Amino acid sequence: MVQEQMPLIQVENMKKYYPVKGGIIPHTTAYIKAVDGVSFSIMQGETLGLVGESGCGKSTVGRQLVGLEEPTEGSIYYKGTNLAKMKNFSRKNGERLRIRTNLQMVFQDSYSSLNPRKHIYEILAQPMLYHQVSTKETVEKDIAKLLDMVGLPMNVLGRYPHEFSGGQRQRISIAKALSLNPEFIVCDEPVSALDVSIQAQILNLLRSLQKELNLTLLFVGHGLGAVNYVSDRIAVMYLGKIVEIGSAEDVFRHPVHPYTKALLEAVPVPDPETEDKERGILQGEIGSSEAPPAGCRFHTRCPYAVEACGKEEPAMMKAATGLADGHHKAGGECFAAERADYSAESGHYAACPRIMDK
Amino acid sequence: MVISMDAQYIENRKIATESYRQTIVRRFRKHHLASFSLGVLLFLCSAAILAPVIAPYDPDAMVGPFSGAPCKEFLLGTDQIGRDVLSRLLYATRVSLLVGVMATLISTVIGVILGLIAGYFGGVADMLIMRFTDMVMSFPYILLVLVAASIFKPGLWNIILILGFVDWPGIARLVRGNVLSLRETNFVKGNIVAGMPLRHILFSEILPNTVAPILVYATSVLAISMLDEAALSFLGMGVQPPSASLGNMLNGAQSLTILTSQPWLWIPPGVVIVVLVIAINFVGDALRDALDPNSEKR
Repeated sequence: MVQEQMPLIQVENMKKYYPVKGGIIPHTTAYIKAVDGVSFSIMQGETLGLVGESGCGKSTVGRQLVGLEEPTEGSIYYKGTNLAKMKNFSRKNGERLRIRTNLQMVFQDSYSSLNPRKHIYEILAQPMLYHQVSTKETVEKDIAKLLDMVGLPMNVLGRYPHEFSGGQRQRISIAKALSLNPEFIVCDEPVSALDVSIQAQILNLLRSLQKELNLTLLFVGHGLGAVNYVSDRIAVMYLGKIVEIGSAEDVFRHPVHPYTKALLEAVPVPDPETEDKERGILQGEIGSSEAPPAGCRFHTRCPYAVEACGKEEPAMMKAATGLADGHHKAGGECFAAERADYSAESGHYAACPRIMDK
Repeated sequence: MVISMDAQYIENRKIATESYRQTIVRRFRKHHLASFSLGVLLFLCSAAILAPVIAPYDPDAMVGPFSGAPCKEFLLGTDQIGRDVLSRLLYATRVSLLVGVMATLISTVIGVILGLIAGYFGGVADMLIMRFTDMVMSFPYILLVLVAASIFKPGLWNIILILGFVDWPGIARLVRGNVLSLRETNFVKGNIVAGMPLRHILFSEILPNTVAPILVYATSVLAISMLDEAALSFLGMGVQPPSASLGNMLNGAQSLTILTSQPWLWIPPGVVIVVLVIAINFVGDALRDALDPNSEKR
């Protein structure tokens, strides 16, 4: 049923290259390929988690979705409208502005996401009044509703951001993002700067808000536990490309791509008994996004790599679902390896033919 | 024990709930020298503003003996043509403060606007504005002022305009630097995502966060432009006699006889200039500390 409806957000072959200037006479000598051909779609009311190491381009994907940056190439469809073709996103221009307010963002560093010179009332009320989401008469009531949703008392309104803790500031940031009644929110590592106990509260809040308001979320993060907790589907990024995408259950329980496996194995287990368990900790550093490794970008660090991996860039392939754990560990003979247009569907896909072809 | 903890708690609450303005006032008052300077400044300003009321004589009228020493009748003596020095000093302070404040206002407005544009838009606009700023800064500026003063008729408003158009590069660079870092903050990005118009982002989000450094810098511009006015008037290119300014009062003391035998003609205006400039700089220093959000840990 879900597959039948049109995705709210569909990204096709998104690329973002940053020019590198150099030389005696400054000119573009190379490009940082922050995002290098990423495709995915997000259904209405769904949460897509985007995980990867620092510098893999996951935040850049989020920033492009809300229009803070324009993709170098590729398209972003929001309900069938291509946002990448829309120049001057911020102009007050009916259609564009309406779309823009529908796509909001929650930032990682809640301290710098609230203007230190304004009290909370101004921070929340100004965008609402400007976009006529509410009027001077109703704004108090609307803000009270927002604060109630994010679990803050009314008396925060007259205070300044520095008077709040990180968790409270993040609640205010969420309220600000919600204030324009958006359909889609990019959460850019919203909990990674918070205490563990507060992280859980904020994650719970995001989950309940998502259900309550039928929001669509892109949850960017590197904490696998947090991402798994809030996400319906998960995409794993490595060096500007998606290497595996699928339902949270599939990706977490039956990871296919060696990188996903390595990420999952690197999660610390809070149990002294498992201390001796052999863990395939990744060696080396993430490759350069200026000159990514040829072939499979992960082959320089991949424990399963063979010569062929450095030659041909692997395509995304559909992985069979519903298999027992044992099969996957044995090498995954049961995968039906077929190339597929993975961006439009919500199955389990990964880019490692070596594992999948066997 | 319990009582002292309660007292501590109440004290903490008091600090936590005070407004931004109260915080600034509290921090400013920690600088005793600056508080004293502010008092001196307020005293001189009110004396200057009230000059027509409190001046004992008409500053331009010959009312006493030529070059008379201070006495009961003329508290600071009289000048070479018999005008009361105290009255002239009051009016001169008025002129100097007017020149300083107006020139500072003009240069601040120009500097803020150019700095905002250069910092926020970057690229070609930034390049053009900053090269123009460098050009103005690299000009030997007392010469520029002298040339300008000789082209336009020297006079009060011309001096104000000239000084105003010369002092802005420092402020423009300061604002640009601040805008460059503020542009990347999440609250500016958040407001871009929220679709807020450019004028809101520039003047409501970015500008209030640069007010503190601008204010501090403006105090030094104020002191500098008052000194410049004095220097220009001393050279005869500034405020023209008969109206008094601190600089052209000193101008009258160029001869050796006056320097050695009639100190009442040059000590008072000299002292007023020095006191004004020092007081303004102390206040500026204290303002910088008071406005800096990192100057104390909560």
